[in-house]
Amino acid sequence: MADQKTLTFAIMDAPYENARSTTALRIMNAAARRGYDINVFAYEGAVGLPFKKQSGHPNAVHVHDIEEEDHPLPHKWIEALMREAEKNGGSIDWVNCGLCVDERGVAEAVEGVRRGTPGDFWKMAGASDNTLVIPTR
Amino acid sequence: MKAINIIETAYRATIEEQDDTIVWITHAMKGAGAELDVLLRANAVNYAVKGQDASGLSFGAVTQTQPPRLDEDVQKLVGKGVDVYIVEEDLADRGIEPSTLVDGLKTIKKDSVAELISGYDYAWHW
Repeated sequence: MADQKTLTFAIMDAPYENARSTTALRIMNAAARRGYDINVFAYEGAVGLPFKKQSGHPNAVHVHDIEEEDHPLPHKWIEALMREAEKNGGSIDWVNCGLCVDERGVAEAVEGVRRGTPGDFWKMAGASDNTLVIPTR
Repeated sequence: MKAINIIETAYRATIEEQDDTIVWITHAMKGAGAELDVLLRANAVNYAVKGQDASGLSFGAVTQTQPPRLDEDVQKLVGKGVDVYIVEEDLADRGIEPSTLVDGLKTIKKDSVAELISGYDYAWHW
């Protein structure tokens, strides 16, 4: 594809803590729909986003059982993003900062997530058309 | 014992949580017998605006089926007997007309907040 773009994202926010996580994934979703190649460097709390042990729950305040509540699980969103990218001829290379993973005990990530270092972010940025950093505030 | 939850930080992970965490914990604690009221201030005053629609989120083929319904959650607090105060100046600063808010709220001027809080054993600022 002549106009195949490669974008790199660096993200920092943990799941269930800030709207920035959802916003970052929405931007990636838009890129995935266009068939772009997407690199993600998940740093600090963001390494928890693809943690596959996240699980749904019922919600008594909402008066929902577990099925009705259908609680969002970021790792499911990331799996869907990966499928969307592949369907449109792109890809997602998701790198979790390894030391950040160890600190948090969240090594069990969804398929397609690999362990890496800040050096991976540097290399990905150098091979991309553009880079977007979405830090914790 | 009586406490007031002062909610200032707004729209913090409300999509992922499908609600506001402090509105939610107020519901949960009220259900457990707590005597709790709420003060909405700063950006959180927007929670009371009727007709918010956060639906439509999807990632690839995965669609969110239960988006947050913050206005309804605030309205339900009122229905459970929680006094929900809202700062008048914070509404005006944001151009929010009182007629657009859910029913049953108590508007309060900023310079009356300290007096309001003095009527509680605890004031928890979120």
